[in-house]
Amino acid sequence: MMQIKPILAAMRHHRAGTVLIALQIALTLAIVCNALFIIQQRLAHLSEPTGIDEASLFVIHNQWAGQSSTPQIDAQIQTDLATMRQLPAVRDASPSNSYPLRGGGWDNFITLTPEQVQPTTDGSVYLGDEQTIDTLGVKLLAGRNFRADEVGRIGLREDVFPPVVIVTRALADRLYPDGSALGKPLYAMSPTPSTIIGIVDLLQRQGVSTWDTTYAYQSLLWPMRVAEPQGLYYIVRAKPGQLAAAMREVPKALNAQNRMRIIDPKDGELSFAQVRERAYDSDRGMAILMGIISAVLLAITAAGIVGLTSFWVGQRRKQIGIRRALGATRHDILSYFLTENLLIGGIGVVLGTLLAIGINLWMVTQFEMARLSLGYVVIGVIALLLLGQASVLTPALRASRVSPVEATRSV
Amino acid sequence: MFAYYLELALRSLKRSPGLTALMVLTIAFGVAASMTTYSVFRAVSGDPIPWKSAKLFVPQIDNWGPNGRGSDGEPPNAMDYNDAITLMRDHRAKLQSAMYQISPSIVPADASKHPINVSGHAVYSEFFPMLDVPFLYGSGWSADDDTQRAAVVVISSKLNQKLFGGSNSVGKTVNVEGKDYRVVGVLNDWNPQPRFFDVVNSGGFSTGVEDVFLPFQRAITVGIPNDGNTNCNAVPTESGFVGLQHSACVWIAYMAELDDAAAATAYKQYLDGYAHDLQQSGHFGWAPNNRLRDLPAWLDNQHVVPSDTKVSLLVALGLLLACLVNTAGLLLAKFLRRSSEIGVRRALGAPRMAIYAQFLTEAGIIGLAGGVLGLLLTGVGVVSVGWVLPKDIAALARVDFSLLTLTLLVAVIATTLAGLYPTFRASRVQPAWQLKSN
Repeated sequence: MMQIKPILAAMRHHRAGTVLIALQIALTLAIVCNALFIIQQRLAHLSEPTGIDEASLFVIHNQWAGQSSTPQIDAQIQTDLATMRQLPAVRDASPSNSYPLRGGGWDNFITLTPEQVQPTTDGSVYLGDEQTIDTLGVKLLAGRNFRADEVGRIGLREDVFPPVVIVTRALADRLYPDGSALGKPLYAMSPTPSTIIGIVDLLQRQGVSTWDTTYAYQSLLWPMRVAEPQGLYYIVRAKPGQLAAAMREVPKALNAQNRMRIIDPKDGELSFAQVRERAYDSDRGMAILMGIISAVLLAITAAGIVGLTSFWVGQRRKQIGIRRALGATRHDILSYFLTENLLIGGIGVVLGTLLAIGINLWMVTQFEMARLSLGYVVIGVIALLLLGQASVLTPALRASRVSPVEATRSV
Repeated sequence: MFAYYLELALRSLKRSPGLTALMVLTIAFGVAASMTTYSVFRAVSGDPIPWKSAKLFVPQIDNWGPNGRGSDGEPPNAMDYNDAITLMRDHRAKLQSAMYQISPSIVPADASKHPINVSGHAVYSEFFPMLDVPFLYGSGWSADDDTQRAAVVVISSKLNQKLFGGSNSVGKTVNVEGKDYRVVGVLNDWNPQPRFFDVVNSGGFSTGVEDVFLPFQRAITVGIPNDGNTNCNAVPTESGFVGLQHSACVWIAYMAELDDAAAATAYKQYLDGYAHDLQQSGHFGWAPNNRLRDLPAWLDNQHVVPSDTKVSLLVALGLLLACLVNTAGLLLAKFLRRSSEIGVRRALGAPRMAIYAQFLTEAGIIGLAGGVLGLLLTGVGVVSVGWVLPKDIAALARVDFSLLTLTLLVAVIATTLAGLYPTFRASRVQPAWQLKSN
């Protein structure tokens, strides 16, 4: 610590280099902190569970060709379901308007009374039948499943509202925070009440956008088959380990049963792994991109520190020789350069911390982004100081090996 | 003199290959990261119809009132059926079209082929001239076809390829949703990005192709339902697609061509007058709160450029800045190490300007080398950007002549700028002091 004064004097002499290194450390810290924060947010987002048996599930987007009446379509759906449920590799199948992570779809505002103007919250609407809970593999926490006789049908834009509804725990708790949701009514933009007859555990919404995060996991199940002319989704659960076989059998069986349907050869059938990959495509991409940029930045900063310190060591060989001749040990020289780097790094990280927080606050106002948690700044500061020390080590060791004889040389 | 400085610079760079390589790499990475993200940003923020975008306007009518507005007081971003039809009937713009997204099935004449599902829009006849839609064969339909709800269709060249093997199919028949339609036009390749005529439903960018266009009123009459977003502030009182048409739910996009500012002002007055009349008649319980934005303002308002694209570009520019600071530091070290050489040159009569020329040439060469390497890396980056950014957007990024030029320019100019301060310091070297100390 006795060395700080001469170091400061030397730094005044190399003001420009000092400022440049400090500036670079500051910029690196600011960018890396924010990038790490983005990475963490995206990774946390894309590892959120859906609550369904993803490993065995796949989805068929079944569109109808030609125009048929609602009862005709409903009859065809029931035939299709029976066909699929008979297949050896299939455990269960159910009809729906959508599935978790589809990227958006039907959602309704929910109120506790029909007169209420401001909605209590929002729920993602899934249509299904008495097999939907088993098909999805969600856990029924309380109450009961739909009975087959409760399952109705809904045609194109028909105002049908079910008297019974199953909700997720998240939605039940939001509507009735005292835990008394079972048996209570809710109004999902409906004039008549729907009684909550069952509560299931996790069931993710159709969308996972920023808007949806406010209402995460708030979903409700309506006992209805979607008999719309555009078509519907069949959610199919394969028997354990038989996903591939089921994915081969089901489209074949459906087309054999009735060919006036369209299952897009490219996107018509998706395993849930594919659904998940698509849903979080951009999140994964951003995390990778931020990771690459951070790695390049850290490498460049380290290389820059090595380069500039090497120059300083070269420039000061004579002074180092004199110090050595006057009795300074190798360790003294080594610690001189390490301390110098620590001081410059210190200035850099102070600046960088301010810059990191400033950039984050600005991004919060410009983009839908959360506040940077200070943990990232602390990690970033420690990482950059260590990086600085590691980079300076090689040139500093070379400096410490300068022989005292150098003092006597003229150049 | 330049040739001499070039030689000096090359000699100096060869003397310390490690340092030179480090600087070139630094510049190359910084430039490549910025240019790759910029190529994506440029692709998504570009004007899809630059020759006309200032004349295309999107009207918004506040048919929901204060309770249905966003926190920013904005009216809905689409129209209900009643407003759209009234605006079409009043026909106050030079050209205009209401439109809604459809997804009908097409049954091929050949019974052995599977039916296919296509996407498209139900539009008015003025849609085609208004948006300068290019035709390969035939043309759009007439205003008479609009009013007579004629069974006519305009198809994409891709669908024409699939159904008719690419031949001129004008006059032939296509079966849409179980009914026969006469082909009046086949589009040339037309895939504007973003899908500016209906960004609400396309989300801006789309990997799909618009395969069919049907007359709006025809599609309504035969009940081809809308396939896009439907937003309701209340549940429609009637069921079905007809119920939707009678409701205040918004699901229709609208675009109008207005030639100048006066026409735009007049149209806005017309919209406000329309809303005012509805207020007077008691349909609206609130004062007019309409919007009329030209296309660029509308795309901005709808946040068509994804924020991820902007964040990536900003972070990459930050990386470039850090790379430049790094290069400045390294150049400073490199230049000042040659203080004695500078001293000798100065003592022999070289003016400061000569020192500037010499060292900026050296910085420029590093920039050029960094730029050339950066070009290669940018090429790799643009090709593989689909790996990290959404496919529909990444697919739009292109390497073209202007991007190549820009990459080189950015590299050379940025590196020269980074070399300015080190050069300034080099030019300040005192010849006497240098000569004495040696």
